[in-house]
Amino acid sequence: MIDLIGLTIAVPLVASGVNLLIGKRLGRRSGWIATAAMAVSFIVALGALLQMFSLPAEERTQVVTVAEWIRAGAAAVSLDLRVDPLSITMALVVTGVGSLIHLYAIGYMDHDERPGRFFGYMNLFCAFMLALVLANDFLLLYLGWEGVGLCSYLLIGFWSDRPDAARAAKKAFITTRIGDVLLMLGLFVMWVHFGSFDFDVVLGHEGSLPEIAAGTATAISLLLLGGAVGKSAQLPLHVWLPDAMAGPTPVSALIHAATMVTAGVYLVVRAHALFEISDVALAVVAVVGLAGALYGGFSSLGQYDMKRALAYSTMSQLGFMFLAAGLGFYPTAIALLVAHAFYKALLFLTSGNVMHGLHDEVDVRRLGGLRHDMPWTAALFGAGALALSGLPPFSGFFTKDVILDLASRDGATWAFVLGSLGAMVSAWYIARLYFTAFIGERRYEGSAHEASALMRTPLVVLAVGALFAGIGLELTPEGTLPMFLEPVLGHVVEGDAGPSTQVLMVLAVVVTLIGIGIAWRLYRPANQERWVSFPEREPGMAGVLAHGFYIDGLYAWIVANVGLRGAAALAWFDRTVVDGAVNGVGTLATRASGLAPIWQSGKVRRYALSFMAGGVALLLYAAVKI
Amino acid sequence: MIDAPRVELWAILPVLMLFGGGLIALLASGFARRAAQAPFALFTLAALAAAAASALWLWNRETTTALEGMVSIDRLAVVATLALCGIGAFGAYLGFHYFERDDFRRNEFYALLLFALGGMALLVAAADLIVVFLAVEVLSLALYVMTALTFRRGPTEAAMKYFLLGAFASAFLLYGVAMSYGASATTSVQGLARALTGVGGSQPLALVGALLLVVGLGFKVSLVPFHMWTPDVYQGAPSPVTAFMSAATKVAVFVAMVRVLDVAFGSLAWDLAPAIAVLSAGSMILGSVLAIAQRDVKRMLAYSSVAQAGFILSSFVSPEREGIAAALFYLISYSAAVVGAFGVVMLISGGIREQTGFERFRGLGRRQPVLAALLSVFLLSLAGIPPTAGFVAKVLVFGAATSAGYWPLVLIGALASVAGAFFYLRVIALMAMQEPRGVDIADPSPLPRLVLAVPAVTVVVLGIVPGVIVPLLQEAGVLTW
Amino acid sequence: MRTPVAYFLLLSAILFSLGTASVLLRRNALRIFMGVELQLNAVNLTLVAFSRMHMELDGQILAFFSMVVAAAEVVVGLAIIVAVFRRTSTTDVDRASVLRG
Repeated sequence: MIDLIGLTIAVPLVASGVNLLIGKRLGRRSGWIATAAMAVSFIVALGALLQMFSLPAEERTQVVTVAEWIRAGAAAVSLDLRVDPLSITMALVVTGVGSLIHLYAIGYMDHDERPGRFFGYMNLFCAFMLALVLANDFLLLYLGWEGVGLCSYLLIGFWSDRPDAARAAKKAFITTRIGDVLLMLGLFVMWVHFGSFDFDVVLGHEGSLPEIAAGTATAISLLLLGGAVGKSAQLPLHVWLPDAMAGPTPVSALIHAATMVTAGVYLVVRAHALFEISDVALAVVAVVGLAGALYGGFSSLGQYDMKRALAYSTMSQLGFMFLAAGLGFYPTAIALLVAHAFYKALLFLTSGNVMHGLHDEVDVRRLGGLRHDMPWTAALFGAGALALSGLPPFSGFFTKDVILDLASRDGATWAFVLGSLGAMVSAWYIARLYFTAFIGERRYEGSAHEASALMRTPLVVLAVGALFAGIGLELTPEGTLPMFLEPVLGHVVEGDAGPSTQVLMVLAVVVTLIGIGIAWRLYRPANQERWVSFPEREPGMAGVLAHGFYIDGLYAWIVANVGLRGAAALAWFDRTVVDGAVNGVGTLATRASGLAPIWQSGKVRRYALSFMAGGVALLLYAAVKI
Repeated sequence: MIDAPRVELWAILPVLMLFGGGLIALLASGFARRAAQAPFALFTLAALAAAAASALWLWNRETTTALEGMVSIDRLAVVATLALCGIGAFGAYLGFHYFERDDFRRNEFYALLLFALGGMALLVAAADLIVVFLAVEVLSLALYVMTALTFRRGPTEAAMKYFLLGAFASAFLLYGVAMSYGASATTSVQGLARALTGVGGSQPLALVGALLLVVGLGFKVSLVPFHMWTPDVYQGAPSPVTAFMSAATKVAVFVAMVRVLDVAFGSLAWDLAPAIAVLSAGSMILGSVLAIAQRDVKRMLAYSSVAQAGFILSSFVSPEREGIAAALFYLISYSAAVVGAFGVVMLISGGIREQTGFERFRGLGRRQPVLAALLSVFLLSLAGIPPTAGFVAKVLVFGAATSAGYWPLVLIGALASVAGAFFYLRVIALMAMQEPRGVDIADPSPLPRLVLAVPAVTVVVLGIVPGVIVPLLQEAGVLTW
Repeated sequence: MRTPVAYFLLLSAILFSLGTASVLLRRNALRIFMGVELQLNAVNLTLVAFSRMHMELDGQILAFFSMVVAAAEVVVGLAIIVAVFRRTSTTDVDRASVLRG
């Protein structure tokens, strides 16, 4: 099956084409086609995994040439896919979780008028995402990277009749493009230095290190990190993620929780050889990750919109992944990525159930007591929350807390202390969501209807994964998954600094319990008067949190004040980049168009003058050369 | 005693087919000014097919030049002629539809189209600077008239500007020919190459000549700062004419530049490359930046074609054959995309009144999903977004420029294409995300949509499997002398 | 005694510059076009001068070609200028600026 790995990309691609072209005639069948395509894709990936198990560990990295793309003399540019433990793990996450979300979406998008379009985009997204993770060179990776960005844009803005959706789509597209430009620059430096995009050349082959000086490696790594920060919604390019929740919920689950946003983590982990040669790049990754983990966690506390709260939570969890990667625990970063894909998809989809059952209501102040009307949903959300919170023996415990444990044993006490704070906040915000939305008394009108069996089935599978991935896949450093990843990512060696692991584990559980305790103290049904009546714009700490520390506002302020008065370059940057989320391109256009007619006046003589100036310049050049 | 020159007319058979067809069409249109256009269009297509077939027939010739070294018979010329015939066929069909719809009989359009193509086919085979000059003039004169063809205010104004500036540029081109002649006592491309590598030639004079030729030819392909006519003419000319000339002129003139710069002045490559790099960078930057400001799709595409000229030129800093193949691939993918884009614009703009402002494109996805989808494919290719041919083309030309060590140029190009993505995608967003306004004046007929699907399929296929033509282009890039 | 070739070249360069100047400075389309004609003829002088310098005929032949081209340009150019004049009743090129920006 390894040789057939191209099918994992081809099948969703073809299904996407079918759905986009004749989706109108297919009607509701298009959802089943899309889901079947994902299932086939998953089975192929699974087959490749099984075949891989039959191979000795050192032969598990295989390059499959799908097609020869351009033959340029002796050097052929071919479309190569790389099948190794890391890529197959990612492919399984994308296809596995992707299949379940597709199945769920059949029910969720039941009432939509354009299911063909929706599933076409979804499948297209999966094809690009698989190209991204299965690429054997940075060029194909970049192609997939741009492709998923495009699909994300199309899907966030899927309900284009809602203005906030169109705005959010633009914002996401433009914000992530900043990252993409940095990534492109990184690839460019890479090309200049190595003359190749091939992983084997750039990242070193079979344990050999890439041939590159530390300075260049730093430059490339930081530029790649720039791309990763944009895609994975880390500081300071995170502003698009909460707004992106305007898209349909299966999109939030698939793209903005389980797969696309983890592409940044994948990139860093994949290119870790480069990051390691640089002396500072990994430290930057760790700091960015930790900052994102704390920022996202605290911001989530202030959200009343369930999906926005989950979006900030995603940012926080991705921060933990970056922290792990930055500290060198690559297998653990991937383990958290896998576990997170399960429980975050589950959490998003259950909140989708709530929206589906209650006319798109997501404000927890107007929810409450849902477990009476929606027992399944409440139980499933609870399962996801347990997994995220980090209580043993669920998957969060085996990943997030392991990262902190490893950090402490490695002597990175700062990461442990601050990370534990982040872990406590994680337990706090997720418990808060559960307490506010699902228990207590009903604060909504009418009755909520439970999701259909079709929608519940994939959720049950996800819940099993979320709860038991930690034990089943043994996500601990010596466990099955990390050992499987070892040929690519190396072995995590536990240090011997600081307190012993047992102490740290107990500490982690205590921290989690404290977080849940705080949430209970603040949000238990008896206290609901204290927060249900909170206005939209409240003063003090709660307001700061609700607005994500006002980073959005800060950007707007910078644009409004500094941008207009500051240097032209800065203004251009700010306007295009930040305010551009809404109208920067238009503003820039107006500005440039103010200049254009001065030169392009429509007058022949002016044109001839420009022509003449060019001719004279060239002749002067000739005079200098002679 | 002067030997009578050997007349090897078979060597310019494609050119003769086109000029012959043009003459017949011209006579016929003189006698039948108000006759139905369909026979003219069919005749034009037949002439193009004959020209393409005779070009193919030249593919495996052993000889390299004919007619006393005036024209070359190589695969570069064959590939370019085939591309030109293809573009010409789309131009003829689009023109037919354009004039037919408003019942506006301009049968001399077909004669002019064939004359322009004849000049272009001659230009891509030209192996002598005299022929280069003549061919440029022939194609230009035909294009000036085609620009004015509907005699409305915009087209005539555009034609006048194009003509005055074009004649101005021709003077520089001719001056360049004269300087080259002065430097080497010959105007043939081979002779120049020999003289400049030996001791006979005058290098300084040749450099001046080469740069003046770059000025003259750079005008035709709209390089900054010789580009100022482009937006006015592309906007003013009837859309089918714009579609035809934006693609075909670039193909013909860039192929001529390959011969002039890579062969005739090959020994000056090191001196010329910096100047070329500056022109290329200027075109990429200014074309992309000014395109952002436009509110008219035709004008925006015109600025975009300025930027595209810069991208193509960036491959000229590499004297290797990868550079030539890259330029050819870029030209083909650009031609398909730009012919298609102007074709769609023609259908949307509603007849010869040509309303091409952005508001016409608002919400087009709802009203005209097929046209919107086609235009999106073309714009994506022009923006260089995978999986379209434009992406592969950019990779190839940037690869060529990088291998020549001009990576700052590639960096500028990469940034310019990012800026470019904004204005192309803005149009797509306008079509997909906004509500339509006003009345729908788009052409409802199905056949043009089907015809325009051909370039759309081409850019997608070439984007996914460029391997089908790249080896061919690399063979065409081997210039035998 | 033969006049040195450099003199001819200098004269033709001056003529070419005068032609260029009239393109840049004149507002009347016809006068601009006359400037272009002057440029072309200046180049013809260059060609003939070089032809004599190299003692061969190619340059003179080329000069003939360029005269034919110039004549063809007159035909097309005047037709276009007349068409513009009919529409706008002026040959002032600065007035012809509907297309701009």
